[in-house]
Amino acid sequence: MELFVFVVAAAMVLGGAVGVILRSHPVHAALSLVLTLFGVAVLFVAQEANFLAAVQVIVYSGAIVVLFLFVIMLLGVDKVEDLKIEPFKIQRPAAVAVGAGLLSLISLAILVSRDATPPTVVPSDAVQAALDGSHDSNIRAIARDVFGDHVLAFELTSVLLVIAVVATVLLARKPRKGEKT
Amino acid sequence: MTAAVAVTTTWYLLLAAMLFVIGVVGVMVRRNPLILFMCIELMLNAVNLTFVALARRMGDIGGQSTVFFVMVVAAAEVVVGLGIIVAILRRKPGATTDDLSELKG
Repeated sequence: MELFVFVVAAAMVLGGAVGVILRSHPVHAALSLVLTLFGVAVLFVAQEANFLAAVQVIVYSGAIVVLFLFVIMLLGVDKVEDLKIEPFKIQRPAAVAVGAGLLSLISLAILVSRDATPPTVVPSDAVQAALDGSHDSNIRAIARDVFGDHVLAFELTSVLLVIAVVATVLLARKPRKGEKT
Repeated sequence: MTAAVAVTTTWYLLLAAMLFVIGVVGVMVRRNPLILFMCIELMLNAVNLTFVALARRMGDIGGQSTVFFVMVVAAAEVVVGLGIIVAILRRKPGATTDDLSELKG
């Protein structure tokens, strides 16, 4: 069963990702991105990260992709991009070669270190609770970690979000007449 | 169906590696700034997948809270990045990354 879920979700993830980089229409690319993000959410559920799967669907598929689509339609750039144009002749083969090299390096590192890390000795709260079969404990364990050990980082992210919102408003507004940008 | 095949952490890590490399190739190949942003999202998701897989392997919830922070920062990054793209494309409609090779507006 887990194998079946993994294969289907992996096909969603990779198919969507390939769609993002191959579709010439920006709206199609954004919708392929939704497919990838849903696949990642399924993989999160398969790994007992229920809270993160919900956040993934709400924040990524809900907010971020909608923001992308909004910008695409606001700017009217929903035109088909001509993928034939290639400013540097060698760029695409070089990019694919670099990608293949990077993939083989990372895969090699993963396969070499496969047995290096010791298996879990003491399961933490979340894993233990997942083994016990209670479902809300994932959220509880994350909350204990975020608001316990990482509470300063959590507060700093709220500062970051405020700064980002103010910066975006400043960037996106039209300058008033006679005002230097 | 072979029920004996167990999905191990290595599978998730390899899948995340593939997703990351697809994102990298996309950033190097595509010329539309919006698509470049989507490829950056792909890479961030690959890293999130790695974090969750290793959090489960290690039995440590810290990986999952890191993913939570990555998501928050990714949301902020998208907001600022799309603001910049809106500002640029309003000035030069239909600009690709080749048209943006100099900072001078």
